[in-house]
Amino acid sequence: MLKPEIIRELKAIVGADWCLDSPADLMAYSYDATPLYQNPPDAVVVPAGRDEIAAILKVAYQHRIPIVPRGAGSNLSAGTVPTSGGIVVAMNRMDTLREIDQENMTCTFEPGLIAAKLHAAVEGQGLFYPPDPGSLTVATMGGTVAECAGGLRGLKYGVTKDYIIGIEAVLADGRVLNVGGKNAKDVAGYDLVKLFVGSEGTLALITQATAKLLPLPETKRTMLALYKDLTGAARSVSRIIANRIIPATLEFLDNPTIRVVEDFAKIGLPVDAGALLLIQQDGPESICERDINRIAAICKEEGAFEVKRAEDPAQEAALMSARRSALSALARKKPTTILEDATVPRKHLAEMVDQINRIAAKHGVTICTFGHAGDGNLHPTCMTDERDHEEIERVELAFDEIYEATLRLGGTITGEHGVGESKAPYLEWRVGPTGIEIMKGIKSAFDPQHILNPGKMFARETRRRVVVRG
Amino acid sequence: MSGQLKITQLNEDLLLNCMRCGYCLQSCPTYRQRQIETHSPRGRVALMRAVQEGKLELMDIAGALDYCVGCQVCETVCPAGVEYGNLLFEAKAELEKIRPHPWIVRFMYTHVLGTPGGIKLAGFGLWFYQRSGLRWLARTLNMVKLIGGQGLADMEMSMPEAVSPSVRKERKAVTPAEGPKKLKVAFFTGCISDVAFFETNQNAVEVLAAAGCEVHIPTGQGCCGAVHSHTGDMEQARVQARRNIAAFESGGYDYIVNVAGGCGAELRHYDKLLKDEPGWYERAVKFSRACRDFSELLATLEPLPMGELDETITYQDSCHLRNVQKVSAQPRKLLKAIPKAKYVELPEADQCCGSGGTYSVAQPGSSDKMLTRKMMHVQGTGATTVVVTNPGCHLEMIEGVQRAGLEQKIKVRHIADVLADALRRGRKK
Repeated sequence: MLKPEIIRELKAIVGADWCLDSPADLMAYSYDATPLYQNPPDAVVVPAGRDEIAAILKVAYQHRIPIVPRGAGSNLSAGTVPTSGGIVVAMNRMDTLREIDQENMTCTFEPGLIAAKLHAAVEGQGLFYPPDPGSLTVATMGGTVAECAGGLRGLKYGVTKDYIIGIEAVLADGRVLNVGGKNAKDVAGYDLVKLFVGSEGTLALITQATAKLLPLPETKRTMLALYKDLTGAARSVSRIIANRIIPATLEFLDNPTIRVVEDFAKIGLPVDAGALLLIQQDGPESICERDINRIAAICKEEGAFEVKRAEDPAQEAALMSARRSALSALARKKPTTILEDATVPRKHLAEMVDQINRIAAKHGVTICTFGHAGDGNLHPTCMTDERDHEEIERVELAFDEIYEATLRLGGTITGEHGVGESKAPYLEWRVGPTGIEIMKGIKSAFDPQHILNPGKMFARETRRRVVVRG
Repeated sequence: MSGQLKITQLNEDLLLNCMRCGYCLQSCPTYRQRQIETHSPRGRVALMRAVQEGKLELMDIAGALDYCVGCQVCETVCPAGVEYGNLLFEAKAELEKIRPHPWIVRFMYTHVLGTPGGIKLAGFGLWFYQRSGLRWLARTLNMVKLIGGQGLADMEMSMPEAVSPSVRKERKAVTPAEGPKKLKVAFFTGCISDVAFFETNQNAVEVLAAAGCEVHIPTGQGCCGAVHSHTGDMEQARVQARRNIAAFESGGYDYIVNVAGGCGAELRHYDKLLKDEPGWYERAVKFSRACRDFSELLATLEPLPMGELDETITYQDSCHLRNVQKVSAQPRKLLKAIPKAKYVELPEADQCCGSGGTYSVAQPGSSDKMLTRKMMHVQGTGATTVVVTNPGCHLEMIEGVQRAGLEQKIKVRHIADVLADALRRGRKK
């Protein structure tokens, strides 16, 4: 509970309409898209701009009140759940696209801008901002920057950190810091821009960002390849890249996912297929055509029993629906859907999927795996029921083992969803005690009182590592 | 009364289905307007769940539930298939128990709209009100606003001229098909539709007959019950359902056709409404399966011999026709087929106009904002005719046109009126 005088101060800053503290309002900001995490904040403010945020932070700093920045709340690692209470700072009103700079090929925006709206705006001017997380239509740009969102085009185009070149942020004590800008090259000091990208609201509140843009690719080509087994699909991925072809999208569905998708969407996928690849190339027409032909040939050589090419946008949409339906299909199967984010160097893809299936069988849990094959970024998704506490425990054990297996293959605990609170107990597994110490030092330099998104990134306790005999 | 929703009252599996991905946020008209999670579909589901789990009292979330327009557009973008509408209506039913509507409203719903005799009386009442000088008096004294607020006053202003009792009496119980009879259909007249838009119903019958349907208007039918279930009176909703099923089941009809998106959604919902009533459930399933929207059925029949209509036409979806009945391509197909008419797609046609059944009266502020945005888009299309498929949208769009001072430039017409017009023009030749 915040003292009434603090609520009064907040209302004076943002206006009474934009400071919420009714039981219903607090409950509505008690969660994000991560299952099993929930706690109401003490207040919610919806500021109109940077100066209001600076004023809010001065109040919070003075009284040591936790601050949780929030965009659309589509986070999948409990990064925006106010588990320590405090003030949720919702960025949704700050949604202006400030500028599209044609000459410098950059865009500058406020954090509440919806990602899909930025995409539409820049594409309308023949420009291209590649990061496209699955939550594109609702996610805010501030959220995608704070989480370093990836998406379906990571292989060819990289992720959010490869595009953000300037950031304006408010620090914990209310000071405003501007880093980077529109320069293509800039080595003046430590790269604080990249540090802020993916900092998950633990270092500062991003109030504006500048991204570089690319020319919009002229055209794209899409194809789908179906395999008897996983190995053929994984070998295709390796060989496509070994042949120096970098497709824009290289997505993968395993057999359990294919079964669930077909059961739900009835789009004619063979349920005995061991794996499926969805491949898209973009660029000039002749190059797209050439690449897709070569990729199709490779897929067939590696045992694809069927290769379908989209001849027009309608067919493209039909092929894409196999991938897009994955989440819907999985979500409808059971009440609770836990979407994870294990990532390995791409050549270990097949091995990792095998491990996941083995671990799932061992613990008697249902895990379907799909994801960005080209990035080695898998989304093992567990379908369970949060009311079944015994099963939830087994799910946790299974994920412990999955992370362990990921790390043994040189992978990471999260590719694009962030550490937040749900992965925090595993961060030390990945970065080691020295890594944690250095990161905590960085955190303290920015936020000495630890009021910014407390409990995120750094766990109160690291989870004990499981011993896996391989 | 503790105000708690009990597990048996609110379907727990439906609540848990929401995985909180947030994909619904940008589809929701109230979230777009307020940008506050409390007024988003995900927020409201979370609030209902919090009440279910004992974390909040039902009255804590009443304001959030009231603010929802009930358009159900969120269901069309939900990956997890959350049945938001069913949850909302169940929660509203619980809310009605601890915070009932005023007696006058309940009387209106139960005894006027809720009985076939009451609907006839209301039709007469509206005509009498408009013709007798009562309307002049009420408007002069600003009485409607004093009684029912700005929302009701706006609705009164947009109410079209009612037909006289003698015209009503002339309605035929059976209209033969023109040419060879292809289908035998029953026509559902509705309550508000038949009071305020009697001619639209007649036009629909005429068009259906021209398309080869023998059209019956069974006696004993009444209101669909949407107004009751949407305001939480499930018992009255079931009374309406049983009455209509009984009125329509003996005629051997191929289809039961209606021209109101909201009514159609409710009619098709009778199987769920009566799921716990043995004997009735099977009859309800048969009834619901036979229901078709006017444009949905017409789009499956031979093209009509229509004459030229020199208009720029745009179409505003009825939320419950699009989001619940999943009918959106058919009305567009029919309109595009009208000779000489230019069809322009309305931006954000899938967004609610602000009518929301009784929403425009209950939440005039929010409803007004939706309508203002809608009118901005309508004007952008350059349309001379805005086509609607539901009486609530019809009244709301008339209000929007009036408020924008565009009565001379833009007509608001039901699709049945437009098609009947084109048909008659075809016959004149």
